Amino acid sequence: MVRFLLSRLLRAAVTIVLVVTFAFVVLRLSGDPAQIIMGADAPPEAVDAFRTAWGLDQPVWVQYFHYFGAIASGDLGRSMRDGREAIVLVAERIPATLALTVPALLIKLLLGIPAGIYAALHRNSAVDRALMVAAVAGFTVPSFVLGLLLVLVFAVQLGWLPSGGQESWRHAILPVATLGIGGAAVLARFTRSAMLEVLGQPYIRTASAKGLTWRAVVWSHALPNAAIPTVTIVGFMVGSLIAGAVVVESVFSWPGVGRLMVVAVANRDLAVVQCILLLVAATMVVANLTVDVLYGVLDPRLRTGIRRAGAG
Amino acid sequence: MSAPLLEAEGLVRRYAMRRGLFGRGVEIAAVDGVSLRIEAGRTLGLVGESGCGKSTTGRLVLGLERPDAGSVRFEGRPMPPPGTAEWRRLRARMQMVFQDPLGALDRRLPIGEQIREPLDIHGLLDPAARQARVFDLLHAVGLREDHAARYPHELSGGQRQRAVLARALATGPSLLVADEPISALDVSIQAQVMNLLADIQARFGIAMLFISHDLRAVRQLSHRIAVMYLGRIVEEGEPDAVLHDPAHPYARALVSAIPHPGRAVRRILLPGDPPNPADRPPGCAFHPRCPAAVARCRAESPALKPRADGRLVACHVAQGEAEAPIRQAA
Amino acid sequence: MPEAPLPRPALAAAAPPRRERALPPPLVLAGAVWLVLMLLVALLADAISPYAHTALDLRNRLSPPVFLGGSWLHPLGTDELGRDVLARLIYSIRTSLLIAFGATVIGAVLGTVLGFLAAHFRGAVEHAVLALVDFSASIPMLVFALAVLAFFGNSMVLFVCLLGLHAWERYARIARGLAIAASAQGYAFAVRQLGAGPWRVYLRHVLPNIASTLIVSMTLAFPEIILLESGLSFLGLGVQPPETSLGSMVGYGREYLTRAPWILLSPAVVIVLTTLSVSLLGDWLRDRLDPTLR
Repeated sequence: MVRFLLSRLLRAAVTIVLVVTFAFVVLRLSGDPAQIIMGADAPPEAVDAFRTAWGLDQPVWVQYFHYFGAIASGDLGRSMRDGREAIVLVAERIPATLALTVPALLIKLLLGIPAGIYAALHRNSAVDRALMVAAVAGFTVPSFVLGLLLVLVFAVQLGWLPSGGQESWRHAILPVATLGIGGAAVLARFTRSAMLEVLGQPYIRTASAKGLTWRAVVWSHALPNAAIPTVTIVGFMVGSLIAGAVVVESVFSWPGVGRLMVVAVANRDLAVVQCILLLVAATMVVANLTVDVLYGVLDPRLRTGIRRAGAG
Repeated sequence: MSAPLLEAEGLVRRYAMRRGLFGRGVEIAAVDGVSLRIEAGRTLGLVGESGCGKSTTGRLVLGLERPDAGSVRFEGRPMPPPGTAEWRRLRARMQMVFQDPLGALDRRLPIGEQIREPLDIHGLLDPAARQARVFDLLHAVGLREDHAARYPHELSGGQRQRAVLARALATGPSLLVADEPISALDVSIQAQVMNLLADIQARFGIAMLFISHDLRAVRQLSHRIAVMYLGRIVEEGEPDAVLHDPAHPYARALVSAIPHPGRAVRRILLPGDPPNPADRPPGCAFHPRCPAAVARCRAESPALKPRADGRLVACHVAQGEAEAPIRQAA
Repeated sequence: MPEAPLPRPALAAAAPPRRERALPPPLVLAGAVWLVLMLLVALLADAISPYAHTALDLRNRLSPPVFLGGSWLHPLGTDELGRDVLARLIYSIRTSLLIAFGATVIGAVLGTVLGFLAAHFRGAVEHAVLALVDFSASIPMLVFALAVLAFFGNSMVLFVCLLGLHAWERYARIARGLAIAASAQGYAFAVRQLGAGPWRVYLRHVLPNIASTLIVSMTLAFPEIILLESGLSFLGLGVQPPETSLGSMVGYGREYLTRAPWILLSPAVVIVLTTLSVSLLGDWLRDRLDPTLR
């Protein structure tokens, strides 16, 4: 088990190093990093100071290690718009994003998983078919279309809810619904196929042949095994709590990390972009690592094998 | 004696294997010191149970894998490392016939294309002559010219193996390694393919390493027989001699397992578990199952060396180096 | 004898159990028809478009479509500058399909090549490819694309290449897994021992054998790329004016949501129908060709 944990930790570390390296390379390729990070109209002495601080006058590989050091100490440069530290700017926006993504995640879990299980257990019933059509639709309707549709109906036509902004909890309803509905559809579809696969396994037949009630078979044999693949996609959803709302925040003018990202990209505010990139990747890596460990707990077989190797 | 076509010296091939959930990797020796020589135009039969390392030996001899120790010399020259240009050129001189002909054929290409492929690869003949060569090969293995346009799944198992054989013969190799070429075929087809192999060997004078678990099949084709047990050759000699008077206790057990109509030979049943290369017994690997084992067999591994009658045997008892135990009748 | 039960296998073979979807083939058929229609529109855009997509008609700004009481002059209405929505829609379909098609091909080629490299060299190369797979799994594609666009600015070529990175790791995984399996004992091993070089082994033998699996993956990735492209263009960071795509039409139309919803409705409908059609077709193909793929 220790060995398994260590190998997963190593993989996570390698991924983080790759992400940082990617940011480093891209920053170098896109021009003079000092000028870019500090902004075009920054005073020359500030740019020089930045250069010295980041060691930009030194060989590339020295810069590379300095870059790691700077990131480790939280020094991610300043926004070129208002000169504030990028990391503070981003951190301020996190609560707003979580205010959308956490309720949306709950909706996905509470709607998607039961719907998927129900559909699998009542396969080919009218409800199953309706659910799956809804799931395919939820999967193919882009979130900005769904969001605008909700605005058109509930804000423009009916006038029940505000169409954008962040003044009260009522402003959060439409964006949370937009995020939740699409995700719930994806999750329902995934849970259903995981469940169906498990229900087709011989041990399920054995369990019911042993005389267990169907309810007991489902609860004690089918659900735990179907949970294993489902954990992956839920882990992915948790990992995208920060980054999952980029489009929806823009649709509803919600001042979260995603909105900040879009504005920063439009303005080429690279310090902020880089900060968000690293934050998003770190969140995702931690989520993936947790999933890997959970896998190990749920399915001992996977501790030894190379999980993703042959599973194309 | 003239230089042999192929000479393998002390081949060892180990694989890393993991045992249990948290076990560390262990190395198992699939082939553990095999030496053999094949003369031009002659057939060496390699016989043994599954897992004894005979298929690995076949791949090592062809140079498809590199041995961890030992060497292979083909026509007096050392085997180049796999994947090099020299190694690839050598493929035209040595070929392989597989156990599973369907798996060895590309199911998306017609048979004719696949038989022609070695000629394309090695740039032999001009394109027009290649097509004629394909038809010649089809005839040689007992297929018709119209089979060239068929796909593998449109042929029977025996026809597929004929196609694989035609492909192997395309470049006119001097060595053919046939790895269990008949064991995946229907019994009714097996004899046909055996006859074909014998016919082709006689006609083209190809040297062959014939690998099988079936002692009778091996005898039918071979000029010499080598019996393998747990990665080592334990007995080697003329087919008739080995079959009529096996010297090694393991060979004796194998021979006794062949049903002989009209001859009542008591079958020797081997006690103990089938061999496991990951758990190789000390001393002679066969001693836990050997009816003739003595104390020395547990301690010292016997070397493969010639007896007075010219037979190679790796057994303390059969070499007369140890007293055979006096056994009570069962 | 006539009472004996009929053998069943023939029946079973005639109607294989539908594994996943209960949606009937007519829907798939409808999807295929829609896709053919979209392809025709994209190919014939110049011939069938009533106007140039940039042509202004300042006297008819924000004119509603026919079904909302507009005139046949502009069947789907006009936008805030009096540009014909139908014409813009036609050119947007062409742009979006072209981008999605190009990006899908780029992703498939890149992923397959990397998968083959990993399978062929194993060892360090394989670990490098697997680390790249982990890397691409650690950043959502949308954020990755946004970051690169921020660093390098926008250009059509960069944009298509970026979208091409979507799902490359799926092809890489498939290509690597199947190539390793074929090299271990199958036809690829046989061809290799014939003396064939890697080019021949991978291009002539392995690639045709795994093509159907790759094509199914492409049909599954295609709608995702359309969604990605339209999302980025909606945010104003994808296709830039004067070019127009389905996503950017929705993005620009959004400001007139209350006064002229038709500007964004028609491209939104086209996006949904197209992704839906490709998804249905892809799922159906997967069930038919390759039930092992999820």
